[in-house]
Amino acid sequence: MSTTAVATTTNGNASASVKLPIYMDNHATTPVDPRVLEAMLPYFKNHFGNAASRNHQFGWEAEQAVEKAREQIAKLVGASAKEMIFTSGATESDNLAIKGVAEMYREKGNHIITAATEHKAVLDTCKRLEKNGYRVTYLPVGADGLVSLDDLKRAIDDKTILVTIMYANNEIGVLQPVAEIGKICHEKGVLFHSDAVQAIGKVPVNVIKDNIDLMSITAHKIYGPKGVGALYVRRKNPRVQITAQIDGGGHERGMRSGTLNVPGIVGLGAACEIAMNDMPEESKRLAYLRDKLRKKLEDNLDEIHINGTMEHRLPGNLNMSFVYVEGESLLMGINDIAVSSGSACTSATLEPSYVLKALGLGDDVAHSSIRFGIGRFNTEAEVDYVADKLIDTVKKLRELSPLYEMVKEGIDLKKIQWAAEGH
Amino acid sequence: MAYSNKVIDHYNNPRNVGTLDKGSNDVGTGLVGAPECGDVMRLQIRVNPDTQVIEEAKFKTFGCGSAIASSSLATEWVKGKTVNEALTIKNTDIVKELSLPPVKIHCSVLAEDAIRAAIGDWKKKHAGSEAAAEPVQAKA
Repeated sequence: MSTTAVATTTNGNASASVKLPIYMDNHATTPVDPRVLEAMLPYFKNHFGNAASRNHQFGWEAEQAVEKAREQIAKLVGASAKEMIFTSGATESDNLAIKGVAEMYREKGNHIITAATEHKAVLDTCKRLEKNGYRVTYLPVGADGLVSLDDLKRAIDDKTILVTIMYANNEIGVLQPVAEIGKICHEKGVLFHSDAVQAIGKVPVNVIKDNIDLMSITAHKIYGPKGVGALYVRRKNPRVQITAQIDGGGHERGMRSGTLNVPGIVGLGAACEIAMNDMPEESKRLAYLRDKLRKKLEDNLDEIHINGTMEHRLPGNLNMSFVYVEGESLLMGINDIAVSSGSACTSATLEPSYVLKALGLGDDVAHSSIRFGIGRFNTEAEVDYVADKLIDTVKKLRELSPLYEMVKEGIDLKKIQWAAEGH
Repeated sequence: MAYSNKVIDHYNNPRNVGTLDKGSNDVGTGLVGAPECGDVMRLQIRVNPDTQVIEEAKFKTFGCGSAIASSSLATEWVKGKTVNEALTIKNTDIVKELSLPPVKIHCSVLAEDAIRAAIGDWKKKHAGSEAAAEPVQAKA
């Protein structure tokens, strides 16, 4: 982003100025909350000690700070502090949970169940295990984005050791029925891991009520710093054991060696405490902004499609397809707004979003999708600006779209013989 | 992804957007790509039957900025050329003009395909008549 500009929105009764560019991609990452930063700063310079130094004040201060953070994190999710293992972030937490359980329980079985819409940190970890002799079942999802509990029950067999299903999806924001999934797992004596990075601090998460045995957490999705996360590992009913994936000094009760990132951990703790205090009000505000954005778009544009259920969803998430407009060209038209697209052209692999495809959407609809992630620092004026700009751009691009013209003429696009050899 | 200034210019001010009557005898229509691939281009030309000169060209494109720019540029380039001259336009010329990166080369290929398809369609309409004395393969 090159320049910072100021724009004015005109939303009927009110007119407010917004600072450009607007960041509305809060599922990718979030800015650090100033309160979090404030809490972290002393631990870079004055209290720089190694939390593993047991014999002097510098170490004790660091350790104290780490243990306070452990409490703050545990409290947010209904766990006890001892059940939190610090990591470098959710990718490491997912790897540690899945590989750690797979290795520890290898005698018991070799079957793992996950879902088609999981994050790559889970899917690629499962793929790696498949190469090492494990069996993995990838549950499909319905058009709503949710897994079926019956499918899950059918998939569990006597070799199943782990079910790993995310709490909230990073693209479409849908909330899986984790409590029911966990209940089924516990009835069958199978461990349940959930990647909860998108859900924590946004919706109430409770490892006891949700029957979760292992849970991945990261700081940078909840207005904390990048590069720090945690893995919840249940200590009773059942007591979960994992095999360490990083060997070394035996930190984190032997489950994850490596000197602790004290300022980062302090930031994660502070972010959790703030999220816990602010959640009731913040989630209402985000849902209001999200619903306003949705309504404005729906009132002004035809042929738009919401991806995934609205009923079970993160308050700040909206994922829409603007059919007959390609996602990358849409992003180009709204280049003072940071959002994401499921279009192939915006991905490194040149494939459209596998999450949207798993919902049963055609590639053409996936190509047209935009993910909005509304967060703590977005304002109503920004939402108005984004809606107006998007409406203008979609209209402009539809003027340019042969598909939109054909549909308006009553032509059924599915009946056309598309000449697309070689693509 | 950073776009070249020329791509941005064509995206912001696309040339010759519109629709010609595909039923007209003077009009050739090329529709290439597929919605599932994220690119569909429709390029239309109106050809003077006496001179075989492309007097008008229009396009509509569903696709990324580079696809829009490639087809917009294609309409500019074919205008004023005879159909046979227009057939000499190569996708590599488009790549060069718009400074397209490797991942966007398929956009230029599609634009070349669209030109060929439009001319092919026009020639088909004139097959057998003197106006299309010099038939060229219609690669659709």
